[in-house]
Amino acid sequence: MSLFNLLRIALRALQRNKLRAFLTMLGIIIGVASVIAMVAIGQGSKQSIQSQLSGMGSNMIIIRPNSNVSAGARLDATSVQTLTLDDVKALQRQAPDLSAVSPMANAKGQAIYGNNNWPTTIQGVQPNYLTTIRQWPVQDGVAFTDRDVQTQSKVCLLGQTVITNLFPTGGSPVGKYIRFGNVPMLVIGTLAPKGESAFGQDQDDVIIAPFTTVQRRILSSANSTIFVQNIYASAINETRTTAASDEISNILRTTHRLKPSDEDDFAVRTMQELINTFSSTSQLLTVLLAVIAGISLLVGGIGIMNIMYVSVTERTREIGLRMSIGARGVDILLQFLTEAILISLTGGVLGVILGISSAWLVTFFLKWPTLVTEPSIVLSFLVCAITGVFFGYYPAQKASRLDPIEALRYE
Amino acid sequence: MGSEIVHALRGVTFDVVAGEFLTIMGSSGSGKTTLLNTLGCLDKPSDGTYLLDGVDVGKLGRNELAKLRNNKIGFVFQAYNLLPRTSALENVELPLLYNPALSTKERRERAIKCLEAVSLGDRLDHTPSQLSGGQQQRVAIARALVNEPVMILADEATGNLDSRTSYSIMALFQELNSQGKTIVFVTHEPDIASFSSRTIMLRDGKVMKDSLNEGRKSAREMLDALPKTEDY
Repeated sequence: MSLFNLLRIALRALQRNKLRAFLTMLGIIIGVASVIAMVAIGQGSKQSIQSQLSGMGSNMIIIRPNSNVSAGARLDATSVQTLTLDDVKALQRQAPDLSAVSPMANAKGQAIYGNNNWPTTIQGVQPNYLTTIRQWPVQDGVAFTDRDVQTQSKVCLLGQTVITNLFPTGGSPVGKYIRFGNVPMLVIGTLAPKGESAFGQDQDDVIIAPFTTVQRRILSSANSTIFVQNIYASAINETRTTAASDEISNILRTTHRLKPSDEDDFAVRTMQELINTFSSTSQLLTVLLAVIAGISLLVGGIGIMNIMYVSVTERTREIGLRMSIGARGVDILLQFLTEAILISLTGGVLGVILGISSAWLVTFFLKWPTLVTEPSIVLSFLVCAITGVFFGYYPAQKASRLDPIEALRYE
Repeated sequence: MGSEIVHALRGVTFDVVAGEFLTIMGSSGSGKTTLLNTLGCLDKPSDGTYLLDGVDVGKLGRNELAKLRNNKIGFVFQAYNLLPRTSALENVELPLLYNPALSTKERRERAIKCLEAVSLGDRLDHTPSQLSGGQQQRVAIARALVNEPVMILADEATGNLDSRTSYSIMALFQELNSQGKTIVFVTHEPDIASFSSRTIMLRDGKVMKDSLNEGRKSAREMLDALPKTEDY
């Protein structure tokens, strides 16, 4: 029998039981739609984490002092200072895989403008921190230069959160003087908004100033002139980050004169590590969601099998008649198989549409990032086609093996 | 279930000549149905041979039997066995669907011709539920004719019909027979048998009587003789 006739017969049979066909299809529709929507949510969150982390600078490497043993007592990592400006110089000179190295001096304090004040953090860095390491564009005004670092000039750039809180009436803060603690500073620029970091930290709640300004004018303790709190560096590209972090370790172990038996007194963190951690977490999430959705597809398939068995039993006489007028077993098999595949493919198409639109609705109403990927569509569609064949085959085979005499007399 | 071997037919031998109108009669359990199944290539004899149009049916497989049924046999059942919610035309087209040699157009033309032959040319698009019992049986006969079989097999084809409609169906069979169609009709009603040209009586799986009918009646005349309006 030709494919056209098979399709026509299958369509006719489904039309005869529209509601039942639709309900059977619903299992597949929900299955396929949930696979696509779930994978879209998983992929979307993965992509958004990745883009946020790359927004922080995917080549970025952070070096912090590590907990050290002092007189037998292990000390908190933040309480010890092991990194020095000499380390910074050594890294700048010796590490070929680093494109930029900047020390960072942090200070918490109150920023004041007129009668507004705001508790925030000031970060003292070198110009390449913004340009190369964080790749953080200046929105208004200009960034400070190496010369500003050399002269400890009292200039700063404000993050968006600081601007909102110090300048609630609007108007450009560029050219205004603010105070950080007791130090008056000229605002020479504003930073483009960065939003929250992957950890939920507001990256815009910051003031960026020349390293030496913060080091000498704001921190201005004996320690602060020797030690730096953190060193930020940037690898020449994403693939060299691991090599770069190894170089850093080697250089710092040498400059710190650590014996091979000593632990590192610093910690090197690359963004790549973070990205990998988050990616693998969200990859796991995606797989988990896909498995759950896959189970619902399986349940849908069982629904098809069930209904096809009912259909075969119900139409035993029809099968007997078709056989008596010349249908071969294979004709009957194909007839019922076509029906099952038609149900599952139609369900698949509707499921893809529903899946894509529900992913879109999730983004629209819940503001969750979603990403509908082609492989998930192709895969779920393939799975549902296979489901149709697999679960449709046994009922169809049962039909094709009926004895025409008994089938004709079936009540 | 079925562990005891039952010989439904024993030593039945006869020839059906082309153009004959043969009735097979017998009471329940006489082997009529088994004989019909065998003649219709639905079943194969456990012993002996059945030659249909020169082909030894006993040697064929399931698929070949199906092909034989499609090409050489036309079935008419007591319960019509039409596909529900399917138009008369499509019901008649059904056997041709399993014949790959025919195009859609040919199929349609032949189905229409057959429905016209059973005077249902104006009911092509009616579904079985929109047709009377007699009309449904006519559709079934058209379906049996459509593949131009060598033999039409009717199994109690008038069993579900009142006498007036039975006569009209028998008149149709007689008409087809007069056009040269070979008809084998299984029934237990003697007056139906009287319309045929030859009767085989079965009892306990054996042929009791095989005789040509002397005073063959015309169903058309019987139909005309019935009162036009029946008051009851």
